[in-house]
Amino acid sequence: MNILDFNKLSLRDINKVLQESDKNSFFSIRNPKGSHALAVGINKQITVKVIGSVGYYCAGMNKFSDIKVEGSAGPGLGENMMSGNIHVTGDVSQYAGASGHGGSILVEGNASSRCGISMKGLDIIVKGNVGHMSAFMAQKGNLVIFGNAGHALGDSIYEANIYVAGEVASLGADCIEKKMTKKHLSKLENILSNANVSDYNLDTFRRFGSARSLYNFNVDNAKIY
Amino acid sequence: MCGIVGLYAKKENISANLGLHLSKMLESMSDRGPDSAGLAIFGKPIAKRAKIMVQSQSPEDDFQKLKKFLSTKKEISFSFETHSTHAVIKLDVKQKDKVVNLINDTFPNLRILSVGKKMEIYKEVGRPAEVVKRFEIAKMKGSHGIGHTRMATESAVTTLGAHPFSTGEDQCLVHNGSLSNHNSLRRELMRKEMTFETENDSEVAASFITYGMNSGKTLKEALESALVELDGFYTFVVGTENGFGVLRDPIACKPAVLAETPDYVAFGSEYRALTSLPKIEKAKVWEPEPATVYFWGH
Repeated sequence: MNILDFNKLSLRDINKVLQESDKNSFFSIRNPKGSHALAVGINKQITVKVIGSVGYYCAGMNKFSDIKVEGSAGPGLGENMMSGNIHVTGDVSQYAGASGHGGSILVEGNASSRCGISMKGLDIIVKGNVGHMSAFMAQKGNLVIFGNAGHALGDSIYEANIYVAGEVASLGADCIEKKMTKKHLSKLENILSNANVSDYNLDTFRRFGSARSLYNFNVDNAKIY
Repeated sequence: MCGIVGLYAKKENISANLGLHLSKMLESMSDRGPDSAGLAIFGKPIAKRAKIMVQSQSPEDDFQKLKKFLSTKKEISFSFETHSTHAVIKLDVKQKDKVVNLINDTFPNLRILSVGKKMEIYKEVGRPAEVVKRFEIAKMKGSHGIGHTRMATESAVTTLGAHPFSTGEDQCLVHNGSLSNHNSLRRELMRKEMTFETENDSEVAASFITYGMNSGKTLKEALESALVELDGFYTFVVGTENGFGVLRDPIACKPAVLAETPDYVAFGSEYRALTSLPKIEKAKVWEPEPATVYFWGH
């Protein structure tokens, strides 16, 4: 295990070590003190454990690596990630997992607004609540919410799936509740077991997705413009 | 961008070092706004005494003239402290309005930054580290305080364009964001006899809240009416004689983090602003909800 301490090294040095490390390395990062852009742009299978809270854009563009934050994360966690796994034990701020293509994000606390905005294939699991406009224009992937969802959930959603166990404050345009089929239950079970989440009751989840009414322009709306 | 900090002391160990804590917090937010910085510190009031904060571009000359002028007014007993480009005039609370008028009429180069029993405002152009050093903020004590570091978007980089803005006694506001309807709102408030020093959008927000409170609204009610009337992006922290309040617009794209321990409540635009505080690792840390008024008061 390699220890990288912010009291001794700069952010740039730490990111350089992570990005240039050998496959299967393990790093423990100490005293991040809310630093921005930590562990971004990693494109090999390494394991990173961050002890403490991080700021903006942690683990952005992640590919293959497993990154765990023992604390909370600021805005833009795992932005545009391609693969790998991110696990945050605390809360995360705005637009976690924005436009992510693959991999998974597990948040044990709450996620604030715009969680999974424009997601393109990753799985996001939030054990707490999510804020307003979550899964806005989400295209592919799954957003699983154990707690409550804020206003305008899934506004203008495409083909992503949203599963919510708690209350939904309101649904966004073109987002509707859909039938939870056996196929979807087994998909949900897969998502959760892939993320090593064990304490859940599948029956409590409801499924939401696109009504697909915004896919094509409706000529009757032409007079609005 | 712009960075905001706030600290509300619940215990003596925090209030004794309020200036030091706020200085560190503000310096950590330098990247969010390097062009100007300012703080409002709420100190202990002295019975029947008020404070007038005055700012000058040529303090040596102006402050000497002002002191001399006030000394000629036999009925006014006052003390005069100079802090770089700012001066604090302490005087009988009954004489404050008269002295404010005298200064405004006689010294057009001087700007009155604030009037109150507790609040002192210090703000200047420059990086937070320079500004807190210039005014020796680290030595100051107080029950609570708020600070701001500015990245100007709406109006010029000047001392008066820096935050906090005070438009009422012991009331001030700092703002991260930008308002879209500040010109029309300014005209409306001017018709209601509110006065403005700058073209700045945040001054309009401060004035809007002060006008509401002058019309009998509580701070909470004034902030709730801001949700209806103000169009744009904002995270506000508002200081009053009793404490501070926090409000984010319903979209809430401007960041905000709150932390609470048995000793203090702290606000930061980012978690980085809070890392220098004692026992922060044990604090309850959370993101304030959009369109929700928070307030801590003594």
